[in-house]
Amino acid sequence: MISWLAKRVIQAVAVVLAMTVIVFIGVNVIGDPVAVLLPPDATHDERLRVIASFGLDRPLWEQYLSFLSGAIRGDLGRSFVFSEPALSVILQRMPATLELAIAAMLLAVLVGVPLGLYAGVRPNSAGAKALMAGSILGFSLPTFWVGLVMIMLFSVQLGWLPAGGRGQTAEFLGVQWSFLTLDGLRHLALPALNLALFKISLVMRLVRAETREVVPQDYVRTARAKGLSEGAVIRTHVLKNTLIPVVTIVGLEFGSVIAFSVVTETIFSWPGMGKLIIDSIHLLDRPMIVAYLMAIVVLFVLINLIVDLLYTVLDPRVRLEN
Amino acid sequence: MSAIASAPAARTPLQRALRAFAGSPLAMFGLVVLACIIALAVLAPWIAPQNPYDLMQLDIMDGQLPPGSQAATGMTYWLGTDEQGRDMLSAILYGLRISLLVGFSSAIAAAAIGTTLGLIAAYAGGRTDTTIMRLVDLQLSFPAILVALMILAFLGKGVGNVILALVIVEWAAYARTARASALVQRRKEYIEAALSYGSSSLRVLFRHLLPNCLPPLMVIVTVQVARAIALEATLSFLGLGVPVTEPSLGLLISNGYQHMLSGKFWISFYPGIALLVTVVAINLIGDRLRDVLNPRNAD
Repeated sequence: MISWLAKRVIQAVAVVLAMTVIVFIGVNVIGDPVAVLLPPDATHDERLRVIASFGLDRPLWEQYLSFLSGAIRGDLGRSFVFSEPALSVILQRMPATLELAIAAMLLAVLVGVPLGLYAGVRPNSAGAKALMAGSILGFSLPTFWVGLVMIMLFSVQLGWLPAGGRGQTAEFLGVQWSFLTLDGLRHLALPALNLALFKISLVMRLVRAETREVVPQDYVRTARAKGLSEGAVIRTHVLKNTLIPVVTIVGLEFGSVIAFSVVTETIFSWPGMGKLIIDSIHLLDRPMIVAYLMAIVVLFVLINLIVDLLYTVLDPRVRLEN
Repeated sequence: MSAIASAPAARTPLQRALRAFAGSPLAMFGLVVLACIIALAVLAPWIAPQNPYDLMQLDIMDGQLPPGSQAATGMTYWLGTDEQGRDMLSAILYGLRISLLVGFSSAIAAAAIGTTLGLIAAYAGGRTDTTIMRLVDLQLSFPAILVALMILAFLGKGVGNVILALVIVEWAAYARTARASALVQRRKEYIEAALSYGSSSLRVLFRHLLPNCLPPLMVIVTVQVARAIALEATLSFLGLGVPVTEPSLGLLISNGYQHMLSGKFWISFYPGIALLVTVVAINLIGDRLRDVLNPRNAD
């Protein structure tokens, strides 16, 4: 276990290092490195001073090493727009994104599992067929367009829910959260549902497929034979066995939910990391872009590592040696 | 693949697959819809009521008219107009051109690159295989939208840049599939036979391995075209995709976004419907292809 973990951590560090090289090449070779350090309206003199003071005339590998040593110390440059260290701006926005992503994942499980269970237990019912057809739609509908239609319907036409922002927040563990106030929850509802829609379809199809495999098993027949009610059979024997792959998929898809929050946050003006990166790209706030990319790489590598760990804990059949 | 006619009506595998495909009304419906959409996009300059990017033909006084309004010239704006008085129906037909161009060209380029690398990995094995597959793993451990976002943040907007970003995002799926099926095919006797009578590696790769790896790759191509179209639309919506001069469906939706809150829904809504219909049609075809081309379902 320890050696497996060590190997996995080394792999994770290697991925992060590889990404620093890619981001460095992206900024310094493909992009204009001077523009990264200067606001777009800098004069020619400022430009020359920056080139000299940041050693942009030095060989590339030397520049990379100094970028890397800065990155290790958490120094990824200062944002032009916020005049603050870029990394701290990102860390301030991170809770909003995590809150949205967790809410979406919760919705996906709370809605997807019961629907999938129903479609799996009664595969030939009209309801199950409608759900399966609906899930194809759920896969095909572009997230951003669904978000627009939701705003149009629930905010503009019906006026039920607000169209954007985080609403009133309350402090918990030193961070502001929306889900603790009623107003915050109302603001969270639409973006979370928007982000969850694709995952609801995914979880539903997965649970349906699992259920159909579990229902004909001997132990389910035994449970029925000993006279358990249908509800008890489904709750204790069918549901529990369908949940293992759901846990895996929730872990694996969490990263993709964070990635897609870029879209949802932009539509619903949710002040998280995703909206921040889009704004930064439009404002050419390049230190911010570099910092975001490095932060997201570390976040993803961490998520992948945790999922791998959870997977081995939940399913002992996975051999750690490999 | 046996040459011996076992059934009374001897058919090639292709004919069998086509027949099985036609057996699903839903898939045939998808195919017909997609054919219509492609025809509309190709013929846009001749069938669109106006050229939406010829400023001479636009009347700013006709801006933001609801669907069904009449223009001063007598033309009817069936799907309304945008803020510059552009007929939305024409804009959608022209937008489809860009969306389909980006979707198909990126999927085909990614298929060519990914398949070649996958075949090489399977055929060469050893260190080449490990290097290529490590790259695939690295690529697939990050969501497509993030990678595309990153590339476009470096390169800037542009149709060419979007296609490049999509190719970089998509090649890994082809490489993985091509390698998997090439590994199976490689052990078969016809490859051994081809090698034993002295065929070059190149010939074995492309003349013998590739054709036998095509069925699963066809499924991936279909799925990836739909994904590419949706991803391009998303990127353009975020303002990172195509430039204003070449608006795709995604950019049209983005332009209408600001008018949504004032109830002028049509500027965003109808381009979205066009996008949705395109993606659903391709996915219906892909779903059926997956069933038909699955070797487990072969008779």
